[in-house]
Amino acid sequence: MKKKITAPVLENKKIADGIYDMTLDVPEIAEQAGAGQFVSLFCGDRSRLLPRPISLCGIDAEKGTIRLVYRVTGKQTGTAQIAERKAGDTIEVMGPLGNGFPLEMAEGKKVFLIGGGIGIPPMLETARVLADKAQVESVLGWRDAETFLRAEFEPYGTVIAATEDGSVGTRGNVLDAIRENGLSADLIFACGPRPMLRALKEYAEKNSIPCYLSMEERMACGIGACLACVCETTEVDSHSHVKNRRVCKDGPVFEAGEVKL
Amino acid sequence: MNTEKDLTVTIAGVELKNPVMTASGTFGSGVEYSDFVDLNRLGAVVTKGVSDVPWEGNPVPRVAEVYGGMLNAIGLQNPGVEVFCRRDIPYLKQFDTKIVVNVCGHTEQEYVRVVDRLADEPVDLLEINISCPNVKAGGITFGTNPRGVENITRELKCHAKQPLIMKLSPNVTDIAEIARAAEAGGADAVSLINTLTGMKIDVNRRTFVLANRTGGMSGPAVKPVAVRMVYQTAQAVQIPVIGMGGIASAEDALEFILAGATAVSVGTANFYDPEATVKIADGLERYLQEQKIDSIRELIGAVR
Repeated sequence: MKKKITAPVLENKKIADGIYDMTLDVPEIAEQAGAGQFVSLFCGDRSRLLPRPISLCGIDAEKGTIRLVYRVTGKQTGTAQIAERKAGDTIEVMGPLGNGFPLEMAEGKKVFLIGGGIGIPPMLETARVLADKAQVESVLGWRDAETFLRAEFEPYGTVIAATEDGSVGTRGNVLDAIRENGLSADLIFACGPRPMLRALKEYAEKNSIPCYLSMEERMACGIGACLACVCETTEVDSHSHVKNRRVCKDGPVFEAGEVKL
Repeated sequence: MNTEKDLTVTIAGVELKNPVMTASGTFGSGVEYSDFVDLNRLGAVVTKGVSDVPWEGNPVPRVAEVYGGMLNAIGLQNPGVEVFCRRDIPYLKQFDTKIVVNVCGHTEQEYVRVVDRLADEPVDLLEINISCPNVKAGGITFGTNPRGVENITRELKCHAKQPLIMKLSPNVTDIAEIARAAEAGGADAVSLINTLTGMKIDVNRRTFVLANRTGGMSGPAVKPVAVRMVYQTAQAVQIPVIGMGGIASAEDALEFILAGATAVSVGTANFYDPEATVKIADGLERYLQEQKIDSIRELIGAVR
């Protein structure tokens, strides 16, 4: 049986404005988890009931730890509460959840790992596991000079940066960086804001590159039962026989052609 | 050694091993939650609403958190009764629990088609959703005036082979009047409360949080309203009452039972504690042990 676990917090620190980096001691999850999957984090406050879906930034099966890099969405939010946890505290966590990236498709290929903003963290674990199987080119977009996690991508392949204010790398978004540097790839894995995913889907279709996008949506159960977090698909889904797949269960990673953005 | 306590309750001739059921729409058809709980431990699984054809539901965002609860406007996305009969009923039949199928429709004819299709299926009870606040036609529009409730109940009773539970909306002036109308129409039981219609506004984006604008509120924050309505309903009708609304612990369930509920449903709590149903069943047994009460039935409506 799966269950919600009360996990010790090993570390929880701020790494950029509003961005926190937390490591949990939770072997049950670390042993099973894969790149692109997520966990449900609970605030531990009976007034804030719903889990926060947070992607896995790092998985260490040997140490039995997972690393979560997340954004605090505002004052007095659930994520602000999570950010208050200190080493030695505990937090309730459930997972791993969702499908993850189809890593086997990347073997021997040149792959773009594209992350935008708080979509960057899951691409780090993806880069780590693909580093010796594929030619990794990480194309990452930030708002400004606070390019959190950037240095950590470097051991795994080329890193191309874009910032909205132009302070680091290409001024603009990840697609501007791809164009400016004349980059190309055999495969795309990406996570980021909806406009970025929409642009990538178009880019991938135009250039006939297989592309997998990690989606985000407001969730409740996180396990596929409540049908809150659906995304519109081109084909009839197997669960409800409409054109709405469940981001938490059927995703969060979808082949770009199967979702409408 | 503890003596065995009797947790069984009976609704319209159907005996449940314990009074703990799932609330429709929070538990699918049990597939996903079977990874977390043994479905054999539940009194009944109440399925997500089933319509005559697939329904795609509402646009996203479909959920929003509110203080001590949540709003949802899923809009009854479901694969329709054919797929349900082919896939979900055989799945649930593997378990030693009762199957309650929640039925939804836009029109009376749609409800009738689902009830007819289920007539020869191995399901124990039907729960008729005349109280969903999130669909444009049907749902709540059938459940908010007494004559409408009585009429649809009577019509569906002519078609149904299984006993009928009418699921009532709390968004009414007088719940007792609605419950009496269901009883007059021939309902075998009533269940309540469905969600309370609510709204949340995003002040930064200055727009509605839910794409549907309004949604149904559920969770611990609604429990006192639900207990009050279950009490008033139990006072008003002779048929069994199934209580729900914010139940997250055995103590919560006991409040409803003492107020007059024969069984209870656990909904939103599943989302933040997937084992909530089984913990509540265990907690009810423990309560009987501690209080030296032989049967849970002694507690039904014990507070007057």
